Amino acid sequence: MEAEREGGEVLLSVEHLSVSFTRYGRGWKQKKLMAVRDLNLEVKAGELVAVVGSSGSGKSLLAHGIMGLLPYNASREGKVMYRNQALTQERLKKLRGNEMVLVPQSVSYLDPLMKVGEQVRKGFRDPQSRKKCREVLARYGLGEEAGKLYPFELSGGMVRRILISTAVQEQPRLVIADEPTPGLHMEAAVRVMGHFQEIAKEGAGVLVITHDLDLALKVADRIVVFYAGTNLEEAAAGDFRDESRLRHPYTKALYRAMPQNGFCPVPGSQPYGDDLPKGCVFWPRCELAEGRCQKPVPYSRFRGGMVRCWKAAEGVCEKTGSQGRR
Amino acid sequence: MGRFLAGKCLRLAVLMFLVSFGAFVLVSMSPLDPLSTNVGQAALGSMSQEQVAKMEAYWGVGTPPVERFLSWAGNFLRGDMGVSLLYRRPVAEVILVKFKNSLWVMAASWLLSGLAGAGMGIVAGIKKGSWPDRLVSAYAWVTASTPGFWLALLLLTVFAVWLQWFPVGLSVPIGLEAGQVTVADRAAHGVLPVAALSMTGISHIALHTREKMIAVMESDYVLFAKARGESPWRIAWHHGVRNILLPAMTLQFASISEIFGGSILVEQVFSYPGLGQAAVAAGLGGDVPLLLGITVISAAAVFGGNLAADLLYGVIDPRIRKGRRRGI
Repeated sequence: MEAEREGGEVLLSVEHLSVSFTRYGRGWKQKKLMAVRDLNLEVKAGELVAVVGSSGSGKSLLAHGIMGLLPYNASREGKVMYRNQALTQERLKKLRGNEMVLVPQSVSYLDPLMKVGEQVRKGFRDPQSRKKCREVLARYGLGEEAGKLYPFELSGGMVRRILISTAVQEQPRLVIADEPTPGLHMEAAVRVMGHFQEIAKEGAGVLVITHDLDLALKVADRIVVFYAGTNLEEAAAGDFRDESRLRHPYTKALYRAMPQNGFCPVPGSQPYGDDLPKGCVFWPRCELAEGRCQKPVPYSRFRGGMVRCWKAAEGVCEKTGSQGRR
Repeated sequence: MGRFLAGKCLRLAVLMFLVSFGAFVLVSMSPLDPLSTNVGQAALGSMSQEQVAKMEAYWGVGTPPVERFLSWAGNFLRGDMGVSLLYRRPVAEVILVKFKNSLWVMAASWLLSGLAGAGMGIVAGIKKGSWPDRLVSAYAWVTASTPGFWLALLLLTVFAVWLQWFPVGLSVPIGLEAGQVTVADRAAHGVLPVAALSMTGISHIALHTREKMIAVMESDYVLFAKARGESPWRIAWHHGVRNILLPAMTLQFASISEIFGGSILVEQVFSYPGLGQAAVAAGLGGDVPLLLGITVISAAAVFGGNLAADLLYGVIDPRIRKGRRRGI
């Protein structure tokens, strides 16, 4: 299974993606606010990749940026490829809603005045769409009567299943799920994630964006660690079994912050938009930081994963990281 | 539902009382002497003392106001709206005739402003900042700040006096028997009043619909519809109009009061013999029964409009419909 997944076709590849907003500062001066910068990731067919980051790190923008759904005052730079071809707006228009689907994060993404069944089939009324819709709802344990409800009548868990149904109603090759488990208790959240895992097993590539590392570890093949608008590390889910297999100091800190690994917080907080530190975005909180960390750090391949850290790439982190823990 | 209706009826009763009482207080505080206004100073001077006393009794000059109001209210409750002092015919009959004249002018301008306004608002809101949006917004801002009677005068000058496309005033041609008046005649006389009323009425509904449409187009569910590859036209129709219709209709039903208010001035300008003109005549001439009759009927019509909006909400919006069914 592992081997087969690794050999999957690269569906989505994102290189040096930046999303910035133009806004007015004092007077007439236009200001550019970088929300996402130099983001890199890859999703292959049949695998589930989780982008994990705390709230405010720009995760939703990442999903909207890939799907070409950014607001008018935002601009996207960098290279986004889908099946080895650049993902232009024209191409997006053709792919969105059939090959590429988005699973949004809340009930507000459903039209409040339209029955959810009708929304799952995008308002189509032909027998084929109706049949498919019935099958999809049944797949997630929803009867036909659930399709006749309005969004305000759904429970939290039903909203999730309806939103996933909108994705499965098509034949997606790539599913991007934006924070699909907010407000669900662990058991329900695992079940929802299981649905995405199932979609991946059927051959689609799934990119799940979440704040819940613990949950992501249960289902994902690879984890992309997202912090202050960029990614610091990419690791196989299995790497999180042992701290010494992790690469970036921030990832190690995340690991140690998990309840089962000591529940140990890092002082400080995630920087936002205007106040991003120069160079590595984590250096002000990093105990290993030194002068060169304040210069741009490349995102480089290291031990089967990726990392954005000078020291990690030199293997320094491993020794000090484990010393610091004991 | 029963409680809902009972509550509405109670409100209507309170509203009718307050409105008629208010109108009565205003007209009895009016400095105009009904006798000199309606009979004329010269004619009054040539009358004998006896005749003047009779006249005063007819116009109710000596009777204390409270007594007059109570006797009017008592009769009204029994279904008798009294006799118009000016027209010397039962108030109900006068109102019916005037209302028929006004009704279709008001209905036409209400429908026209509602449909055109909502349509313009939707088009403008779909693409904020585009040239149709700027056009609609500019039109709406200009007409929103234009007084209806001034616009009526302008229309009158341009289309009736200069171009002579439409008659200058009245609801039927002068010097024709009632039987000879055609529908086309009536329509020709109604065009300018309807235009004056609806041109200003459009701005409200257009601006509100535009604002709401912009909010809908920026909503999460429209973003999701885009993510699912729905075309802009489909989004506007499926999600936009669906979510816009309700507030637009509410607004339009609530705006019946504005049409009533506007019609008074516009009818005055076009000498159009409708309810509005009758109200002005009754107010200035101290014709208390007619004035109160018109006030109460107008208030009931406006109330009816608001009630219709309320009921429609319940029928159309599933969130309210299902809530009511559960007895919330």
